[in-house]
Amino acid sequence: MIPAAFDYVAPTTVDEAVRALAAGGEDAKVMAGGQSLIPVLRMRLAAPTLVVDLSGLTELTGVHDDGDSLRIGAMTTHYEVQRDPLVREHAGLLRLATDTVADPQVRHRGTFGGSLAHADPAGDLLAPALALDAVMVCAGPSGTREVPAAEFFVDYFTTALAPDELLTHVKVPKLTGWGAHYEKFNRVAQAWSIVAVAAAVRVSGGRITAARVGLTNMASTPVRARAVEEALVGQEATAEAITAAATRAAEGADPPTDNNADAEYRSHLARVLTERAVTAAVSA
Amino acid sequence: MTATAEPEASDREVGKARLRKEDARLITGATRWTDNMQLTGMLHMALLRSPVAHARITAIDVTEAVKMPGVLMVLTGQDVAAEQGSLPCAWPITEDMLAPPAPSLAVDRVNFAGEAVALVVARSAAEAHDALAAIDVDYDDLPVVLDMERAVADDADLVHPDLGSNKSATWIFDSAEAGTGADVDQALADSEVVVERTFRQQRLIPAFMEPRSVVVDPSPDSVTMWSATQVPHILRWMLSAVLGIPEQQIRVIAPDVGGGFGGKLQVTPEEVLTLVVARRLGKPVKWTETRTESMLSAHHGRDQLQRITVGASRDGKVTGLKVDLLADMGAYLRLVTPGVPILGAFMFNAIYKFPAYRFTCTNVFTNKVPTDAYRGAGRPEATFAIERIMDELAAELGLDPMDLRERNWIKHDEFPFTTVAGLTYDSGHYEAATDRAKELFGYDALRREQSERRANGDPVQLGIGISTYTEMCGLAPSRVLGALRYAAGGWEHAALRMLPTGKVELITGTSPHGQGHVTAWSQIVADRLGVPFEDVEVLHGDTRVSHRGMDSYGSRSLAVGGVAVVLAADKVLAKARTVAAHLMEAGEGDVEFAAGKFTVRGTSTALSLGDVVVAAHVAHNLPDGMEPGLDAEATFDPDNFSYPHGTHLCATEVDTRTGAVKIRSYVCVDDVGKVVNPMIVEGQVHGGLAQGIAQALYEEAVHDEYGTLTTATLADYLLPSAVDLPHFTTDRTETPALSNPLGVKGVGEAGTIASTPAVVNSIVDALRHMGVDDVEMPCTPMRVWKAINRRGDAVPTTPGAGGGLGSVNVDDQAHARGGAE
Repeated sequence: MIPAAFDYVAPTTVDEAVRALAAGGEDAKVMAGGQSLIPVLRMRLAAPTLVVDLSGLTELTGVHDDGDSLRIGAMTTHYEVQRDPLVREHAGLLRLATDTVADPQVRHRGTFGGSLAHADPAGDLLAPALALDAVMVCAGPSGTREVPAAEFFVDYFTTALAPDELLTHVKVPKLTGWGAHYEKFNRVAQAWSIVAVAAAVRVSGGRITAARVGLTNMASTPVRARAVEEALVGQEATAEAITAAATRAAEGADPPTDNNADAEYRSHLARVLTERAVTAAVSA
Repeated sequence: MTATAEPEASDREVGKARLRKEDARLITGATRWTDNMQLTGMLHMALLRSPVAHARITAIDVTEAVKMPGVLMVLTGQDVAAEQGSLPCAWPITEDMLAPPAPSLAVDRVNFAGEAVALVVARSAAEAHDALAAIDVDYDDLPVVLDMERAVADDADLVHPDLGSNKSATWIFDSAEAGTGADVDQALADSEVVVERTFRQQRLIPAFMEPRSVVVDPSPDSVTMWSATQVPHILRWMLSAVLGIPEQQIRVIAPDVGGGFGGKLQVTPEEVLTLVVARRLGKPVKWTETRTESMLSAHHGRDQLQRITVGASRDGKVTGLKVDLLADMGAYLRLVTPGVPILGAFMFNAIYKFPAYRFTCTNVFTNKVPTDAYRGAGRPEATFAIERIMDELAAELGLDPMDLRERNWIKHDEFPFTTVAGLTYDSGHYEAATDRAKELFGYDALRREQSERRANGDPVQLGIGISTYTEMCGLAPSRVLGALRYAAGGWEHAALRMLPTGKVELITGTSPHGQGHVTAWSQIVADRLGVPFEDVEVLHGDTRVSHRGMDSYGSRSLAVGGVAVVLAADKVLAKARTVAAHLMEAGEGDVEFAAGKFTVRGTSTALSLGDVVVAAHVAHNLPDGMEPGLDAEATFDPDNFSYPHGTHLCATEVDTRTGAVKIRSYVCVDDVGKVVNPMIVEGQVHGGLAQGIAQALYEEAVHDEYGTLTTATLADYLLPSAVDLPHFTTDRTETPALSNPLGVKGVGEAGTIASTPAVVNSIVDALRHMGVDDVEMPCTPMRVWKAINRRGDAVPTTPGAGGGLGSVNVDDQAHARGGAE
């Protein structure tokens, strides 16, 4: 199908992009890899007056070592994240989740920052970002600010970004040496997650010393399974302990009901998948 | 050597896995799809579709739309009411069938969400789509009828109040009345065991890859239509009937067509409307749909509620079969809508020797997209219900489900066998196919593993599903179609043009849309005439070139159309032999033909077919009174259907904690008779399996309470890709069909028909010890989990995760929450 007409700009610097957004007002849309925006435009589910295409912002690509954390450019493609040695070493959870995003074509076009800014709670990178305590670097007319993931995701397809702000980088604290796993549950390979669980654990001397668990598609935003994390820390890394902790996975979630899963079934899945994710992370 | 000797086996084209002639063009993108057509001055049509399922149209305001840039014409149903006629239904199954008028553009009422209510013609497709948004339609809502059981109740709201009922027709076959068997009520009353179940055949969307597209080029004295259709010949006939245009002034061309699966066996509103506006404007007009438009308006498939009752003796002999169907027509009767469930009437008894049978089908109107043919059309529904209930009966009797089938199927030495439904199965060997399938599958070892997993309480349980199916292909003997009140015949036509250079043009009345007829027909002609495979060109899909044809559907192309090719070739040879005898000054009885050469027995005198073709073409020296040329044509009307059969075995692993189903192995052994090209057959089997498995596990057209289709994108309507499907282990057994000289049976639908019950049977088999005796299709993880945990079977109708692409209510921008990724 054919999108409604819109104006198009392709800035080459962040400053230009921010100015274009400010000038475009409420009806301007940012396009990163276009993997979500283009279908929405083509189906005329959205009709922005201006599309600001970030594909010329080469300054926003790549993964950089920033000491205690990785600094990932918002325009870094999923494919680049998957293959990046720094991500592999210090943010294994992110790589595992990125591996499950859509298909190779989408992973070559879609971007890390675009996925986060799109804020689809069924998207696979939000829960890992939340579990890893990532920090979003946002640029606006009055400079940049940093927003922790826990405050960045506000609602379905809604973030803390102002209309004239741009997500430029994501700071991902290094969890070097942690075990990680992303357990995704869907019906066909290219479908969105019905529920998925992002887990990272640090095990020392057979005991779980730290745990992070994030849930995909269990509310209007990604959710931290804090009760599970608390129940795990300090426990021996045994099947019994993990199973017991996982029973608390749906606490605090507000799962949606749809054709693939009602809330009861989603909550059940969250518990089973959390058990599996943590078990795999412990042995990773 | 006999006078019509076949070539040596090694030289024989038939049976060879020839690469498809079509593929170089298709794979390199050198195709000519309808949407690729660009004609000088061509305009573009777009359709405004109703967002509501049932309403009176109280006003349509087009004043703003006509002012939009590039717009040449905006029409409503009122504007075309006198001209558009009523879309045809060619299958009035009963004398008193209720059929509403079927306008292409709704005039004063809409009866399903997605029905076209206005059209725009503009200079570009973009301008036409932009103008749709400027049309203002006022709807006065009417009660929406969605549920078939409620629709047939006495006090039901009516889809078509003028008809006085939502029941279009009731069609009955009773073996006692037909004289083909005993009275079923008596048989069931006398049975030691009776099992009754109700199965739901969910609504499916054919989901052909190429969206529908139409281009019409009008001229003052004729009109040419290109359409992505399976049925150019039927379309031409019906366009003439609907619009009153003399048939000789209509030319229909089906260029490269990207799949159909029955979904393009139709005469569509869009074809009629494109033709109407092109004639009014005197300019070429194109219409091409979007995927969502296709899902909202092109016909759907399946959608039946099946109550099935089977009787048996304690020792496992079936005694009677009773079937009561409700079949959802949707809002209108399209080309063969009413007949689709009736095709199933002859297949519920399947391969089993039921002594008594009654089939009752009630066709029901609802406010949904019309249903019509979809791969298998009536037969997958029947096969599903009988194969499912045979498993239920086996469980009731405590028998292995394969054992129960063996006790009841027709033995190979009982062919030909006339069934309780009145069909005569000409050939088959169910034991051979089953033995081979069990061997490839490792049936006994899997049963052992299943017992172990049950004993250990493994969270992942193993199930084995069986489907020993047959089907009726090669639609169809014309007399049978007439007896079933179908408006057309079932013959097929072929013609051979023998060119002076010795090359051959074959014209076929079949209309391939992905099957590979060009390749297979070339193989048949090459063998028959002894000419190289490469020397045969196959022409099709243009009513000016192929003037007679019944097109492609119902696994009929090879079993009917391929046989017409053989008959035409035999006519060429018969005349060529006369000419050859004349030229070689020999008696015709002494002339032999082999490998493209005529020889005189006992001499070294020889003439190639090419020499004879030239002689007949120049006509310098022909027998007195003989017409020049060797061209010939033939029409084949079969006297019976063909009956492919096979045994499909599916092993699934069911995760009892999540409800997830994984197919671990899938084995099918099909008997499709003689095979012309084994590679093409293999492709048909793979594609068929994918679609049948998809019905079992993935696909479903879901409507919310307002009648909005909530699965109107491929993000919500799940189609499996290769990674979601198992490796298929396929093999064949072969008993030639006796109803045609090629011995072929048809393979286009077998995989789809057989596989759905095999998958569902395996899931139920995995869970039966947990008290599960059915899982509704598609067997989603949630449905399986609910079945295990007795959570009822209610499934929400709101679309699932899908990036905001879910419910496409064309009037509702609530999902307009685009973002950046």
